[in-house]
Amino acid sequence: MAVNRMFRTCPASGLVFHEPAEKLMRWNAVAAVVSLLIGGLLAIGVVLTRWQAVHLLPPDMFYQFLTAHGINMLIFWVIFFEIAVLYFAGSTLLKARLATPRIAWAAFWLMILGALINNYSVFRGDSSVMFTSYAPMGAHPTFYLGLILFAVGALVACFVFFGTLVVARAERTYRNSVPLVTFGAITAAIIAVFTIAAGAIILIPTFLWSVGLVSYIDSLMYKTVWWAFGHSSQQINVAAHVSVWYAIAAIVFGAKPMSEKVSRTAFLLYILFLQLASAHHLLTDPGLTSNWKIFNTSYAMYLAVLASMVHGLTVPGAIEVAQRKKGYTQGLFEWLRKAPWGNPVFSAMFISLIGFGFLGGISGVMMGTEQLNLIIHNTIYVPGHFHATVVVGTTLAFMGLTYFLIPVLFRRELAFPTLAKYQPYVFGLGMSAVSLFLMGAGTLGVPRRHWDIGFAGIPFPHEFPGAAWLMMALAGITGLVAIVGGGMYLLITVWSVFLGKRITTPGFQHVRARDGVAAPAPAHAAAGQPVGVAITGHGSAGMIAPGTFVLAMVFLVSFVLYYFINWKYLATVWPLK
Amino acid sequence: MTISYTSERAWWKEPLERTELLWIVIALVWCLIMFFMMPYWHIYGQQNLANEAYRAKPEDFARKTEEMIAKHKVREEGGDLKIPVVRPPAGSDVYLIAQLWRWYPMLELESGKSYRIHLMSMDWLHGFSLQPENINIQVHPGYEHVVTVTPTSPGTYAIICNEYCGINHHTMASRLYVVK
Repeated sequence: MAVNRMFRTCPASGLVFHEPAEKLMRWNAVAAVVSLLIGGLLAIGVVLTRWQAVHLLPPDMFYQFLTAHGINMLIFWVIFFEIAVLYFAGSTLLKARLATPRIAWAAFWLMILGALINNYSVFRGDSSVMFTSYAPMGAHPTFYLGLILFAVGALVACFVFFGTLVVARAERTYRNSVPLVTFGAITAAIIAVFTIAAGAIILIPTFLWSVGLVSYIDSLMYKTVWWAFGHSSQQINVAAHVSVWYAIAAIVFGAKPMSEKVSRTAFLLYILFLQLASAHHLLTDPGLTSNWKIFNTSYAMYLAVLASMVHGLTVPGAIEVAQRKKGYTQGLFEWLRKAPWGNPVFSAMFISLIGFGFLGGISGVMMGTEQLNLIIHNTIYVPGHFHATVVVGTTLAFMGLTYFLIPVLFRRELAFPTLAKYQPYVFGLGMSAVSLFLMGAGTLGVPRRHWDIGFAGIPFPHEFPGAAWLMMALAGITGLVAIVGGGMYLLITVWSVFLGKRITTPGFQHVRARDGVAAPAPAHAAAGQPVGVAITGHGSAGMIAPGTFVLAMVFLVSFVLYYFINWKYLATVWPLK
Repeated sequence: MTISYTSERAWWKEPLERTELLWIVIALVWCLIMFFMMPYWHIYGQQNLANEAYRAKPEDFARKTEEMIAKHKVREEGGDLKIPVVRPPAGSDVYLIAQLWRWYPMLELESGKSYRIHLMSMDWLHGFSLQPENINIQVHPGYEHVVTVTPTSPGTYAIICNEYCGINHHTMASRLYVVK
C-alpha cells in the first residue's frame, strides 16, 4: 500500500501538515468539542441543582447528570483534544508523516464507540455511579465496557504518536533534538500509557464482576488502582497543557524557553513522580500506612510539584524575555501590560497559567498533605480544586490553542472575533470564581456529590451555616457565567469550523514530499514564517526576567501562607490518633 | 547581554542562569519543608490517623456493635426509627456502622475523654463527615478502621455521609452528642 506523503505548508504560520494527520487532528478536535458541548449542557443541571435556591433536578437525575458531566469532561473532552495535540506535536512539529493513519482512524472510531456506549449506559439510568464508580457499587456492564473501549482506542493513538516519532527519526525530518513542545507531548503520552494500563488492570476485572464472572471486588483495592488511572489521567492533562503553554508562548511571542535544559528536566520529573500522586485520594482510608501515604502523596518529596513550580516560572519568564527583546523594558511589568490581552490565544493561556498555579496548584498541594486532608476530604473543596486545575488550567489552555488552530488547521477565519476576545475572560474568571466559592463552602464542610445540603424531610438534619449556603449560591451564579463562557467558545468554534469564511491561498498546492520530508525545512528564521520556526526551534533565551521573578515570589508567599493557615486550622479540630 | 539566542549551541550545554537556579533552589527547599511537615505532625501534632485497621466481616462487626448497644444504651431517638443512643465509657471501644443509608447507632461521648471509634461499612463506600468540626474519614466495607478521638467541647454534632452511595446518599445523616 502506498504511503500518503502529501503535505501542506500553512502560509500564515509556516507549519507543515501531513494530509492524513491533518484530517485526524480535525476529527479528534471536533469529537472533543462535541464532548465539551454534552458535558456543558449537563453542567447546567448540576449547577442549578446545587444552587439550593433553584434546586432544579430531582435526586436521580442529579446524580445521573453529575456522572455523565464528569466523564464527558474529564475523559472524553480532554483526551480527544489531547490526541489531536499528540498528532500535532508528532507530525506537524516534526514535519513528519503520521505513522499508520489507518490504525489512527481505528483508534478514533474505537474511542467514539467507547464514548457512545458509556454515555448510553449512564443515560439508561442504572449507572449513576459517578466518574469514580467505586465498587462494590455497581454499574451496568456497558459502563465499564465503554470506558475500556475508549481507553484501548486512546492507547492505540498514543502508539501511533510513538510510531510517528520513529518515522520522523528514521526519515530525518528534524535536526538534533525534538522541539520542547513535542518533548512535553511525549511526556504526556508516556504518562498516558501507564495511566491506561492502570485503568485496564482495574476496569477489566470490574467489567467481569459486573457480568458475574468475578465474584468479589475489594473496595480498597479498587480505589487504590482506580486512582492510578483516575488521577494519572489528570497528570496527562498537566503535561499536555504545560506543553500548550510553551507552544502558545512560542506562537504569540516567538518566545524560547529560558533554559531548554531546565524545562525538559522538569517534564522528566513529571514522568518519574506524578504517578505517585494518585495516593492522595487515599489519605483517610484504612489499611494503608502513614509511611506509604507520606512517600506517595508527596510525590516522593514533592518533586513533581517542583516541576510545576519550574514551569510556572519559565513559561511567563520566556514571554518576558521575548517581550523585553522587542523593547518593552520599562520597569518590572511593561512586558506584561503591553502583552496582547485582546488576543484570545494569549489571554486564555495566561489566565490558565495563573489560575492553575494560584488556585489549583496551591489548593492541590494543601489537600494532598496527609493530615490536612482530614479537614477537606470529600468536601466540595475537592471539586473547587479540580475545576481550577482541569477547567481553568487544561480546558482554558486548550481553548486558547483552538483559536490558533482554527485558521491554521481548519483554514477558516475565526467567527465573531469580538466575542472571542472576551471569551477567555468570561470563562476563565467565571470558573476561577466557581473554584474559590466551592473551596470556601468546602472548608465549611459542605459535601461534594450531594443532592440536598438542606437535608429536607430527614430525621436528623444538619444545619450548615449561612455562609455555606451563600458560597453555594455564589458558586451557582458564577457557574452560570462560566457556562456562558463555555457556550461562547462552542459558538465561535462550531460556527468558524462549519460556517466560517474559508481561507484560500492563491496558487496553493499540496507538496508531494519525497522521502517523507515536506518542503525544505524552514531553517533559521525564514521570513514570514515566524511561528513555525519558533515552535520547532531549540535553544534557550537566557533569563532577564525580573518581573516574572517577582510574580514567582508573590506566588511563593501566597503558597506558604495558605499552607500554614491550614495547619493552624487543623490544630483546632478534635485530637485524633 | 545574555538574551542572545544560542541555537547553534546544543541546548544541554547551555549554562543555567543564576536567577533561574535560585528559583529552583527556593522551590526545592519549600518542597522539602512541606515534605517534613507530615512526619513532624505525626510526632508533635494532635491530629493524625492511626494506622490501625483490620479486615473484618460485616456480621462480626454488626455483632460487636449490638453487644455495645446492649451494654450502654441510654435511650432511643428518631420516633418510629428507634435509633439507639449509646453512651460508652471513656476509653472504650465504640462501634459505628455505616450502611445504606444510615449511621448506627447514635453516640453520646464525654468532652475531654478519648474513645476508640471503630468505623466500618456494611455495603458500599461511605464518608464519615463530622460537622461542623469538619473531620472527614473514608469508610470501607470489609475494613474496620480504628480512630481514637477526643471531643473537645460539648454540643450536638452531625455525622453526614460525604461519599456518594446511591440515590438516597443525601439522606444519610445522624447525630453525635458530646456532653460534659
